Amino acid sequence: MPVRPLHASTERRLVTTRLHIDWTRCDGHGSCVELLPDQLGVDDFGFPVPRSGQRDPVVPRRAEDAARHAVRNCPVMALRMYDAAS
Amino acid sequence: MTTAPSALARRLLDGAGADHEAHVARYGALPGLRLDDLLAAVADSGLTGRGGGGFPAATKVRAVAQGARRPVVVGNGIEGEPLSSKDAVLLNRNPHLVLDGLEVLARALHAKRAILAVGPEIEPGPVTDAARRRPVHLVALAGGFVAGQETALVNGLNGQAPLPRDPFTRVTESGVDDRPTLVLNVETLAQIALVARYGATWFRSAGLPDDPGTSLFTISGSVSRPGVIEAERGARLSDALAPARPVRPAAVLVGGYHGAWVPASDLGARLTRAELAPYSASVGTGILHVLDTETCPLDLSADVMDYLARQSARQCGPCLNGLPRMASDLHRLAVGVRDPDLPNELERMAALVTGRGACAHPDGSARFVASTLRVFRGHVAAHLEGRCPSARSTRARSVAS
Amino acid sequence: MSATLTSALWALGRGTGVVALVLFTSAIVLGILARSGRRVAGLGRFGISDLHRAAALTGAGLVVAHVGSLLFDPYAQLRLVDLALPFLASYRPLWLGLGTLTLDLLVVVTVVSLLRGRLGPRVFRVVHWATYVLWPIAVLHALGSGTDAGSTWFRTLAAVCVGSVIVAVGWRLVPSYGGRGWAREPRRSA
Repeated sequence: MPVRPLHASTERRLVTTRLHIDWTRCDGHGSCVELLPDQLGVDDFGFPVPRSGQRDPVVPRRAEDAARHAVRNCPVMALRMYDAAS
Repeated sequence: MTTAPSALARRLLDGAGADHEAHVARYGALPGLRLDDLLAAVADSGLTGRGGGGFPAATKVRAVAQGARRPVVVGNGIEGEPLSSKDAVLLNRNPHLVLDGLEVLARALHAKRAILAVGPEIEPGPVTDAARRRPVHLVALAGGFVAGQETALVNGLNGQAPLPRDPFTRVTESGVDDRPTLVLNVETLAQIALVARYGATWFRSAGLPDDPGTSLFTISGSVSRPGVIEAERGARLSDALAPARPVRPAAVLVGGYHGAWVPASDLGARLTRAELAPYSASVGTGILHVLDTETCPLDLSADVMDYLARQSARQCGPCLNGLPRMASDLHRLAVGVRDPDLPNELERMAALVTGRGACAHPDGSARFVASTLRVFRGHVAAHLEGRCPSARSTRARSVAS
Repeated sequence: MSATLTSALWALGRGTGVVALVLFTSAIVLGILARSGRRVAGLGRFGISDLHRAAALTGAGLVVAHVGSLLFDPYAQLRLVDLALPFLASYRPLWLGLGTLTLDLLVVVTVVSLLRGRLGPRVFRVVHWATYVLWPIAVLHALGSGTDAGSTWFRTLAAVCVGSVIVAVGWRLVPSYGGRGWAREPRRSA
């Protein structure tokens, strides 16, 4: 078994960042799907689908910048990010 | 099937109507409880919400108690589900017990306001008479299937369109007048009034240890005596149905249009979370709708999906687009379109809309569709072979038209 | 103030004004394109929104430079009050006043856009409609008070700007503009 460096354990996060979609606002523009291709797919009607099947999908650390970009970029302000206990 | 009188209970339904003196004579005076005592009693009772979600009542009360401002307490008597009439019957026969629940909570929480919101299905007379001289605002609102959703009710009470809102900010944080808001179904409030008077131990003397108390059930469909009954939680489905006398049951829709089917072969199942889980069903609002052996279940389900699609608030894309798609695919299946991909397509669409809306409407509708395909698997297969096992199928007519 | 510096400021004032007009025109066209939800090859949908934002913010920055340089211009004789209240200037009060009006609207639209996360989409959208008033006023200001207004190159440029916005707004008004497969018409009586 490979030995993980010590700092790896301190990087374990107690909170996870999640993406919330306000479906009453979402118009299916699709810019979030382009920015977060690993997290979001698109349904038959052009609306985003979390690939994980989660209601508010977890945003991995490597995708946080892209998620912030998506939140800022959404033309109808349907997205927000929040931290939740994991 | 034998009638089991033990399943029936009489806690809520033999009230004294709008007469307050008779009500106090029947149940005793309403005690004034401190929040801690009320919370402890409700938590110990194990009472769950009777409006569909089945969420522990104590958790909600605790959430608003921790709010920064004085809360608003709301009794939800919208009853937008067409198969349900238990709230209407309760408010007709025992309005004071519901008002007691509101009052004891409002006092313990030092609430700014206590509101009883009723939909057009509620007969206004008794509840209006009862609410007079009681510290509760009675508000009549427009109905509709989604109008009773918690956030839609809050929007309606705030003078906005009674449509669901994004649930990111919970109403227990900010609801009516931006105050922490406790929304409880009217039956839940009546149960709280009983717990406040007689305590958790008494409450637990009916029902099962992990699902205690009683519940109201609205029984409809293929039965000779439809109506509202009160039964112990965890009663067998057959026992709960017995007083209504089912006629040639093929399956029972448990929990209404957002619910799921239990086949007639399994009516020995208890109405508990655990025993209904294999069917993805839950007691929900206590709707038990009996389907007879002669009606085509796919015909009926397609009509229900039409209704559900029409009742969409048309705010959220997946619901607005996905529900009509499921309705039309169910109709195609019902009228005998022999496309073997239809069941897969319906299942895919049901999974696709689930969890992607502001309220429970897409999830509940998807649960109904998935249950229909699963429980009537044989029937679906027959339709795909071009025949319908039901005697009173409208398929021939539909194909001809 | 030396003559060289004065003419440099004058050139800067003119130049920033002209480029700002081009950027605002682009911002409007890109905004309409972004709202349509259509994809432009090589840019992506988010790229259009980003460009819209960048064009609008750069334009706003240039307007600050434009106003700043003209504040020191001996001909224009702008006072600080002319930056906020229109039609009080001594030099071409009408055409300069339109510029002041543009600046006022621009400040409101920019501030609301930057704070839209706090103000919510309704306020943002209503205020953002003001750009359809802001832009024509800016064009009139450029045509009326611009030194280059009479020159062919500027007239050509202005015609291209006006033409693009007319085409874009015209497309915005066509029913198929929002056609991404669904009509958004929430029921008002649930």
